[in-house]
Amino acid sequence: MQAGTLSTFLKRGAIWGFIVLELIFFTVAGEFLSLSETAFMDAGNMLLLFKQSAPIGIIAMGMTIVMINGNIDLSVGAIYALCAVVLLDSMTWPMLAGLGDAAIPLAWALALLTGVALGALNGLIVWKTGVDAFIVTLGSMLGYRGLVFMYNGEQPTSHLNWTLVDFAEAQFLGLHTATWFLLVVTAAIWFLMNKTVHGRNAYAIGDNREAAVNAGIRVGPHMMINFMIIGFLAALSAVVFYSESGSVNPNDGELYELWVITAVVLGGTKLTGGAGSIVSTFGGVVAIQLLRKGLAHIGADTSTVNLVIGLILIAVLFLDRQLNVKGKEELKI
Amino acid sequence: MTDQTPALRLEGIVKTFPGVRALDGVSFSVMPGEVHALMGENGAGKSTLMKVLGGIHQPDEGRIIVNEVPVVMSGPLEAKAKGIVFIHQELSLAEELTVAENIYLGELPRKRFGLVDWHKLDAMTNVILKKLKVGFDAKTRVGDLSIANQQMVEIARALTVDAKAVIFDEPTASLTDAEKSVLFDVIADLQKAGVGIIYISHRMEEIFKITDRISVLRDGQYRGTLDTAETSEEEVTQLMIGRTLDLSRSASRHELGDVALEVRGLCCKPLFEDISFEVRAGEVLGFYGLVGAGRTEIAETLFGLRDPSAGQILLGGEEVRIQSPADAIARGISLVPEDRKGQGLILGMNCRDNMTLPQVDDLTAGPFVAEGSEVAIFDQYRDKLDIRTPGWKQLVGNLSGGNQQKIVIGKWLSMHPQVLIVDEPTRGIDVGSKSEIHNLIRDLAAQGYAVLVISSEMPEVLHVSDRIVAMYSGRIMRTFTAGEVTEDNLIQAISGIGGATAA
Repeated sequence: MQAGTLSTFLKRGAIWGFIVLELIFFTVAGEFLSLSETAFMDAGNMLLLFKQSAPIGIIAMGMTIVMINGNIDLSVGAIYALCAVVLLDSMTWPMLAGLGDAAIPLAWALALLTGVALGALNGLIVWKTGVDAFIVTLGSMLGYRGLVFMYNGEQPTSHLNWTLVDFAEAQFLGLHTATWFLLVVTAAIWFLMNKTVHGRNAYAIGDNREAAVNAGIRVGPHMMINFMIIGFLAALSAVVFYSESGSVNPNDGELYELWVITAVVLGGTKLTGGAGSIVSTFGGVVAIQLLRKGLAHIGADTSTVNLVIGLILIAVLFLDRQLNVKGKEELKI
Repeated sequence: MTDQTPALRLEGIVKTFPGVRALDGVSFSVMPGEVHALMGENGAGKSTLMKVLGGIHQPDEGRIIVNEVPVVMSGPLEAKAKGIVFIHQELSLAEELTVAENIYLGELPRKRFGLVDWHKLDAMTNVILKKLKVGFDAKTRVGDLSIANQQMVEIARALTVDAKAVIFDEPTASLTDAEKSVLFDVIADLQKAGVGIIYISHRMEEIFKITDRISVLRDGQYRGTLDTAETSEEEVTQLMIGRTLDLSRSASRHELGDVALEVRGLCCKPLFEDISFEVRAGEVLGFYGLVGAGRTEIAETLFGLRDPSAGQILLGGEEVRIQSPADAIARGISLVPEDRKGQGLILGMNCRDNMTLPQVDDLTAGPFVAEGSEVAIFDQYRDKLDIRTPGWKQLVGNLSGGNQQKIVIGKWLSMHPQVLIVDEPTRGIDVGSKSEIHNLIRDLAAQGYAVLVISSEMPEVLHVSDRIVAMYSGRIMRTFTAGEVTEDNLIQAISGIGGATAA
């Protein structure tokens, strides 16, 4: 066994330990503080938790790739909203409306295509201009959100298709449709990152871009593909959520980028790139959703939830740093 | 010197880490006004010893004695207060601040209300800079200075305290010859002022030029101290590695093949111009010259990292345009870059993944990477190159410099290139591994690879090359065959004195 195995284990396991802690805390605290009759760890409650994790979780998988790659994408919330608008509005177009339920796959495809195109645009700008992804996607976040407002002004875009709602509310083997999407996306991205050349290259580029170039990896196209993947996943997230709700406000998806990044960082992915894990991101997503749900369970309001999550994020990263510093005898600053 | 008290004395220093006895009873002393070389292979314990001296590690046993007073170093600040100053290989300067601000960082002179006394600061700084006889002043922004001058700023910082001992850790690693001689003058001045100097370096020429005594560490143990005037490179090397190093010339004894790579009139102004040479299969072509002569830039152009402004590159007799590293690799050109960690390796990845990185595209089974084939390739080249690692899962960042370099070389060999370019093959590698890398380069040539070796170390170039291209200021001054080259005419050529271009 080499030195550092213990701290590696602690780091990898930290997010799961944190989840167990949350479960214990909210179960015990719920006994005294909760107004509801059901226990916190009620099976139905937990199933709902996974379903509610899906919108953030699906995007978080894409964000993990982009961040391992050494980039970031702040425009996911806006892409999410724009794709939702495309999904719902396209079904009312005369061309599609006449098709009945056959319009559904077409509307889905349109929404997903929109996401991929918006992501591709982000990636192309990052590739061709060499401007930092943070700046590029900060700009596109504002720009894409502008498009959402241009589409329908301040009005919500609505269209309820009951076949779609039935599909979205369905349960298969006890899990909701949204949960299945989250699980499948997680598995697919895990395979992508751990078993394919694309994943290998993503880690290499994030760790040392110059060495990756010298190994003959075409960094620009690679990064563009990653932005297309996260665009696709932001669209998929919208498709899954709005198939059920049927109405999108132009403000929907705001701050999603921050929730997503919080989940990814909680899962241990480095902001500087080169390191991160899909499974841990899944843990980060569940941990955040647990916290939101748990605090609501014991009667805290939304503002308290945000405050607590903020504090926990900083505390977790501080702990992580302590674990790292001990091993390496880094300089104190 | 013998009747003086040492400026700094170490007595029986022992430091153990879990599983390793990094220092095993090391003792040596530095007299005031002495330049004392500390030598040893990588991993011999030099860095650990310096960390103990600088208060970063606490010794398990033994004493540190400054001017006959035993001291406990609790940290870098304490060491500095005791007059022990370090000039590190990696500079730690704030580039956006001025020279004066850097020198007195954390100790800026104050006026009332805590405002900085800029006049006093500049005056104090200029006094020190004058002593160092440098060509810049207190108000210069550090980022605008050359590496050599930035090092002078570090030295100036050392002079702000009453230094008893100054430790130089590989100070010449990135300096040109002219800059080196300035540094040596400064060291001589410090010496005259009665400061004890510990000089850590792998470069024998320097050691023999400027030091008075040489202490050698091996495997954490003190191996002895030699008077520089009375010893030889062979003796020091033997003490360091327990055997002698063969640096004699070794031109190929095998037949050369066809021309693998030919370059005609290649230009990339202002870096280099009118570069023409050819290298045959089975031949090692050395490139020698000063830092900035354009050697690395030629390698980068051949590898598709720079676009040439004119000229032709011919591979196997056919003209090619190389537009990117991916392009170069596909055509069989490989580059082992100068900065192993910065340009060659993914330090956070394991050995196997680093080795197969450029060809992992071809090692797939369906959509997935065929990890079995990867392991097979790694095992093959681990054995072939004698890479010492516990296994392929080891992170490359944890290997020694020599083994890291072998990973980079193995990475390219496993792709069977036509032309292998090796830039500074043994930079920062200890003496023992150096000769292994040299032998490896000779072996590769014998196996029929065309190898270009760029090096700033003359013994290395002389040792491994069949022919040597001497460069000066972006131009080829002369191409030597093994028979014609001598140290003298090579030095003349790279100083721009040697005659016109000859083929």
